[in-house]
Amino acid sequence: MLSPPWVKGAAQPLPHNGWAGVLGECQWKWGRIAERPGISENMSRSYVPHFMHWLGSPPNFYRFAGAWRPWLMAAALIAGAIGLYGGLVLAPPDYQQGDAYRIIFIHVPSAWMSLFIYATMAVAGLIALVWRVKLAEVIAMECAPTGAAFTFITLVTGSLWGKPMWGTWWTWDARLTSELVLLFLYLGVIGLYNAFEDRRRGARAASLLALVGIVNLPIVHYSVQWWNTLHQGTTVDFLDPARSSIAPSMLWPLLVMALATHLYFFASLLGRTRTGLLSLESGKQWVRALVDGQPEQATGAPT
Amino acid sequence: MAGAAQSMGNDRIALGAPVARASAMGACTALLRRDFVLAWRRRGELFLPLLYAVIVAALFPFALGPDPELLARIAGGVLLVIVVLAMLPALESMFRADLEDGTLEQWLLAPQPLALLALTRVIAHWLTTVLPLVVVMPLLGALLNLPVKVLPVLIVALLLATPLLALLGSVLSALAAGARRSGILMALMLLPLAVPVVIFAAGAVAAAQSGMPYIAPLMWLAAALVLAIVLAPLACAAALRIAVEA
Repeated sequence: MLSPPWVKGAAQPLPHNGWAGVLGECQWKWGRIAERPGISENMSRSYVPHFMHWLGSPPNFYRFAGAWRPWLMAAALIAGAIGLYGGLVLAPPDYQQGDAYRIIFIHVPSAWMSLFIYATMAVAGLIALVWRVKLAEVIAMECAPTGAAFTFITLVTGSLWGKPMWGTWWTWDARLTSELVLLFLYLGVIGLYNAFEDRRRGARAASLLALVGIVNLPIVHYSVQWWNTLHQGTTVDFLDPARSSIAPSMLWPLLVMALATHLYFFASLLGRTRTGLLSLESGKQWVRALVDGQPEQATGAPT
Repeated sequence: MAGAAQSMGNDRIALGAPVARASAMGACTALLRRDFVLAWRRRGELFLPLLYAVIVAALFPFALGPDPELLARIAGGVLLVIVVLAMLPALESMFRADLEDGTLEQWLLAPQPLALLALTRVIAHWLTTVLPLVVVMPLLGALLNLPVKVLPVLIVALLLATPLLALLGSVLSALAAGARRSGILMALMLLPLAVPVVIFAAGAVAAAQSGMPYIAPLMWLAAALVLAIVLAPLACAAALRIAVEA
């Protein structure tokens, strides 16, 4: 992994350090934190923006993503294995649903991801629209297929769960319907993006559509509270843990699975963004240098 | 010397004359008049959505059998869906012609706010292509054996729901204007946004049909319409800027 030029050596001393600056630096130089007195003073005024600007450049992000992706993917696999073992083997059967409830360890993390990825896409889309950051456009558009996949998994696993529990594959319940609408929103974003010949214009148009569609997120999230429907109400409440109605032995595998899906999403997003950047920037100097066999492409070509 | 005096005189005229700068109201009126004239010149096209709605409404009794009670039960929802589907083709081309002949660039250059012009276009579009659909509702209702006491509620629900759909559709239409193909895309994008509108409109009609209070869903529709009148033109303007810029 390349270090950015501004952390190399003492020729460019860092004028302001702070927690945000330390967080940024942790990724590059672990050992130097202890040498810096007064870490919490002077919250970084210029450090994080420097890092963000450095990262916003496609070749830098390409290398950054290539370096982080294998680690995130490995962590996702490990967390997924632990979570699945905890959920499928260690957690006790439900007193009412028996072993059938265990699909929750796929269903609920996927459902959380379907909302989380949409929010990520909308934030990246907003950045793309307001600041015209090319990287944000790529990230927003590369979020959509993964988000659609998680939404689809949520619908399919919910359907599989619904058949033995409710006796039906599908019902026009508020939460099911709003999740289906979320899937169509994702498909609309993907379709609009692909309908443009100019990919950057397509990305901006689709980002705006994603922002318009964000009104659906609270509807999905609160649908089980606003309407009394077949889908069960909130089981895991992060804001008020006392209201959660899930046993700790079932909760921890669920949270580990949620961590695994987040890690997987970030790993997959980094990989997808690398590919997207390559095809968007094809013909640029850095891509040509990459193709010509510079040492950088040893970090693993995207699949 | 004479030239300077001349230019001073010109300045005075430019500053003093109110006609030099068109007001926002004037621009909107001109735009409305232009759209009405264009719609009148191609008045044959205005009947196409009506024809479509009548054909679809006539197909339902063939497919489901002419049982009056069954038809009466589904009529409200069927008519809502027919209106949404009949609106789709016209929505798609709301800005396309203007983008192709360069009118949209003049909109962007105009001193009047783009959002206001977009809202004017939505109003003209609604009056010319959607309002006739609402007007023929009694006829379609009769075809599908809609109970007469439900008809006023259906029309009020449509009067609230169709402007809302037109406003939402204007954003999508502006987004799709710059795209290569947008036939099925428009339906795909409109569906998620149209679902809540259809739910509340159908909820009001169903409540009226079963003799329950139907004011609440209508109020929801009205609230959403007010919100959309303010927000949708702004989003539409942003989408038009994306469509125009190369």
